[in-house]
Amino acid sequence: MLQFLQLVASGIAQGCIYGLIALGFVLIYKATEAVNFAQGDLMMLGGFVGLTCTVALGMPFWVAFIATLIVMMLFGMVLERAVLRPLLGHPSFTVVMATIGIGFLARGVVTMIPGWGTDTYVLPVPYRDEIVRIGGSDGSGGLVLSMEHLMIIAVTALLILSLFLLFKYTKIGIAMQATSQNQLAAFYMGIPVRRINMLVWGISAAVSACAGLLLAPITFVHANMGFIGLKAFPAAVVGGFGSIPGALVGGLIVGIIETLAGFYLPEGFKDIAAYIVVLVMLVVKPNGLFGENLRKRV
Amino acid sequence: MRFLFKTNYHQDIRLFKHGGQVFWYALLAAVLCIAPWLLPEYYVSQLVFIWIYSVISLGLMVLVGFTGQISIGHAAFLAMGAYTEAYLHQLGWPFALSLTFSALIAGITGIIVGLPALRVKGMYLAIATLAFGFIVEEGITRAESITGGSSGMMLEPLQVFGLAIDSEQSMYYLCLIILVLCVLGVMNLLRSPTGRAFVAIRDSEISAQSMGINLAYYKTTAFAISAAITGIAGALYAHKLRFITPDQFTFLQSIELLIILVVGGVGSIYGAIFGAAFWFSVQQFIVMAKDWLPPAIAQQTGLQPTVFGIILIAFILFEPMGLYGRWLKVRTYFQLFPFYRKGLFRRQKSYMKSERM
Repeated sequence: MLQFLQLVASGIAQGCIYGLIALGFVLIYKATEAVNFAQGDLMMLGGFVGLTCTVALGMPFWVAFIATLIVMMLFGMVLERAVLRPLLGHPSFTVVMATIGIGFLARGVVTMIPGWGTDTYVLPVPYRDEIVRIGGSDGSGGLVLSMEHLMIIAVTALLILSLFLLFKYTKIGIAMQATSQNQLAAFYMGIPVRRINMLVWGISAAVSACAGLLLAPITFVHANMGFIGLKAFPAAVVGGFGSIPGALVGGLIVGIIETLAGFYLPEGFKDIAAYIVVLVMLVVKPNGLFGENLRKRV
Repeated sequence: MRFLFKTNYHQDIRLFKHGGQVFWYALLAAVLCIAPWLLPEYYVSQLVFIWIYSVISLGLMVLVGFTGQISIGHAAFLAMGAYTEAYLHQLGWPFALSLTFSALIAGITGIIVGLPALRVKGMYLAIATLAFGFIVEEGITRAESITGGSSGMMLEPLQVFGLAIDSEQSMYYLCLIILVLCVLGVMNLLRSPTGRAFVAIRDSEISAQSMGINLAYYKTTAFAISAAITGIAGALYAHKLRFITPDQFTFLQSIELLIILVVGGVGSIYGAIFGAAFWFSVQQFIVMAKDWLPPAIAQQTGLQPTVFGIILIAFILFEPMGLYGRWLKVRTYFQLFPFYRKGLFRRQKSYMKSERM
């Protein structure tokens, strides 16, 4: 039982990462109806920017954290302006291919930047290698949680809360909601739709950068860490592609199932558990848990 | 400028539109037939790869370019074809039979992948193919008794109808013949009711449905045909490489295939072949450019993905119809000379089309 709880706990931490990346997809999908295949690579870039801030510039970790989010937010906005905006109104396949191109470019360029390269780096975090015990008698037994995992869960919760507040109570958040519900109507109401889209890309990039920074102590920072973003697709689909709480719940489900599959099922199932879940989900309930209706306007 | 006066309906669906085309294609065929005797062996080998990739992208084109369904797991079908061929070859089946079987197995896999098409569409279907691609890759790695797992599989030299395919030249002819047959097959498909249904689905699912096209049936058919063609290419691929491992059929491979399509031009048979040729030329060019680039850049492992990323984004932004579109423009320019207008191929600006209610 304890072992099971242990697995669930680390599954939740892993799931939070998937959830954050999926959240990035969903934000962009809701606002612009584009599916961003470079989300994982934005996460990877976030990890590298964080690395530069802490190691090369010597910032304290939490300052570097904020700095990374800001840098990545600007990067996301520039990306939207430079590549995505000219493609406004084009078929979704074109946009998907453009984001795939961005992903390729990011992976290639990262290995060329001096100090980043193809090596694997450790992101120095203040909470490294600490563990927290819950229950059990002093020093032995009980549920053991690593500080890295706890930090992932805590920061994710904080981020979700602040996004919730942003969407619910600020003017700009409400404008974003309006844009994602009906772009044309929002435009008629005087909402600067393009600028909102740009901002959404920025937020999405910042959210993935956050995932990258949280994941870095566990998997280290390297040029191919973005491939984990592919597992966020199942997370997003399980939750329902256009739903923000769905993304997080989907991420948690995928994370927990994956961790359990890795332990209880034969070797090899861990890597494909997420994909099996998504196939089952697509056959059983294609709209996902929290999905909206998929009918199409003619 | 040539004017075609159509006097009966069959002219619309003829394979060759006019005598000029017959002439040029015959010339092209003649050049391609003597090419392996004039070129150095290395280039012949590269041409073989181009033919094989043309067959793959042709298969993908049926699905992406003509039916409008995105597949991000096409390497799975390639793997099915390659491994079926390798296994049957090991058992000593004749090539014609094992090739048919590879196409069949890949096609059946395609039907299975297409099954979610009964319920989902658009991006969801794409993600289903993505998931399937990963599952097949993992399955091949684990099925060690059949596929040799991650240590791979060796293929003995090939014999076709008693002829040994042991040199690059013979492989060249084999692949070229199969490519031509596939191109003719796809052209024939496209002028049949099935092919027209595919194109109708691509242009508007709802209009197609209203005209009585069974979406699920035709989408699954498109998956099956596309996968079968890719399976044939997979069989050739296995024989060309002589050694196959699961890591040749990864997610990145599927993405590369999509890039080939976009660069070549989505929605035309020429595009598939142009894309494959361009892809290998660029790789060749990068290898050659490494000699005169400063070593600081040339030795970067990230050089290739960077160049591919730039090419892909540049094509999407500036030439969305791909190389085929560029070729059309150049041709029209000379046909209409001096009356070519700049806006002749201007992209239609459209408003953001929402897919939501």
